[in-house]
Amino acid sequence: MNRFGYDRPSDVAEAVRDGNARGVRFLAGGSNLVDLMKENVERPVRVVDINRLPLHAIEDHDGGLRIGALATNSETAWDARVEAKYPVLASSILAGASPQLRNVATAGGNLNQRTRCLYFYDNTTACNKREPGTGCSAIGGVNRVNAILGASPSCIATHPSDMCVGLAVLNATVNVTGPLGDRTIPFADYHRLPGEDPSRDNTLKPGELITSIDLPDEDFSGNYTYLKLRDRLSYAFALVSVAVVMRIENGRIAEARIALGGVAHKPWRSKTAEGLLVGEVPSQSAFLAAAHALLEGAQGQGANDFKIGLARRAIVRACRQAADGTPQSQIDKRVA
Amino acid sequence: MPTKLAEPTAQTAERLIDIDLTVNGKAEHFSIAPWVTLLDLLRERLDLTGTKKGCDHGQCGACTVLVDGKRVNSCLTLAVVRDGSEIQTIEGLSSGDTLHPMQQAFIDHDAFQCGYCTPGQICSAIGMLREGKADGRDAIRENMSGNLCRCGAYTNIADAIESVQGREDAR
Repeated sequence: MNRFGYDRPSDVAEAVRDGNARGVRFLAGGSNLVDLMKENVERPVRVVDINRLPLHAIEDHDGGLRIGALATNSETAWDARVEAKYPVLASSILAGASPQLRNVATAGGNLNQRTRCLYFYDNTTACNKREPGTGCSAIGGVNRVNAILGASPSCIATHPSDMCVGLAVLNATVNVTGPLGDRTIPFADYHRLPGEDPSRDNTLKPGELITSIDLPDEDFSGNYTYLKLRDRLSYAFALVSVAVVMRIENGRIAEARIALGGVAHKPWRSKTAEGLLVGEVPSQSAFLAAAHALLEGAQGQGANDFKIGLARRAIVRACRQAADGTPQSQIDKRVA
Repeated sequence: MPTKLAEPTAQTAERLIDIDLTVNGKAEHFSIAPWVTLLDLLRERLDLTGTKKGCDHGQCGACTVLVDGKRVNSCLTLAVVRDGSEIQTIEGLSSGDTLHPMQQAFIDHDAFQCGYCTPGQICSAIGMLREGKADGRDAIRENMSGNLCRCGAYTNIADAIESVQGREDAR
């Protein structure tokens, strides 16, 4: 790990002042940042420890919930209101990482965690995300875990989060503050595609800090699922994951939202795919049509070609689980 | 347009940070560099070498300790961040010569071979029971997935934990 300075601000304004300098990193749970510092992928000049800021609470807000940026994954997943009203979020969180990591990893940190692309972590290789302009070693390299959607000739990394896939279907919003003041970012606009600038994972401006994440006043506790497929049954990143929430009225789908994880630089949704399901009676053929639409333009990179078929089948399966009201258990991993 | 960031100025120089921790019931004071992990502090400064450095990247769980009662990977925890916390390690679990019920259960069920992962497994298991979310064997296995055992003693580890799951004194 490199040598760095350390600040421990006690309020948000002080943290924003401390963070308003090049080479400074905000430190929350540290489960990703400290790891990246050990790998010399992150070499901050100074670390601003935000753990003493009053951003830990999960509060009722506008009929929905406001999750403090420093609420841990465990606290969020086990919050009675999250379990009751937003179980797809609890399920997605519990599908990720390990219990020890979830005890420290925070909501804000989850959004800002970096890709687990092998080359991003390997300082001896070219990587446009780590060292802009050096090239992408994953293209033509070992790319089993990489993207099939929204990738660019500069970068085929995926966003590794499970929680964010759950947040994507809940139409969450992200509250941030920074040198230019406060603003709110719709979840779909928070993460970005790599394009020609893969060094930027999200649309945060320099010095901005997440303060909370809002969940709107909606209840998808009846028809939802989070289905995660990976190389071992637990404690592995998703090859493909699918979050689905549905509203079913009089036997027909009134609303459906589907997000994919493990396949793109951000949770992947498609208005076209979701629109195809509206008004349909839940059926294999309707789900398959949605899957095809959601995977429109999917492109394998060789070692990850399998993800396209895997994602198609996972989408169909997840839609059926949601429609049937039989969400995937994160303990019993048999896929029903 | 992104805002232009200032050049770093204040407090970028190396400096030691004073922190207080309670480790296995004993108050401790340290002046440490901010890059020292809790794992290295326990092992190098307090000679508490029961907590193991396996992967040093949060992937194996051998470094699991209890911080303010919760299980965490000490390898990914900067010690300065935990200023004021109470730390419990494998060395602090027994009462004199009487082993903690979880330690005794691991012995009774032959829940280890080489023993390297065992301190982390035991701390993690205690943390899991305190969380109170693992009901039944499948849930135990899922909720112990952050602790790898390369000897493959998983079956006996699950047996050991299951045998004390309902006991208040095992938490």
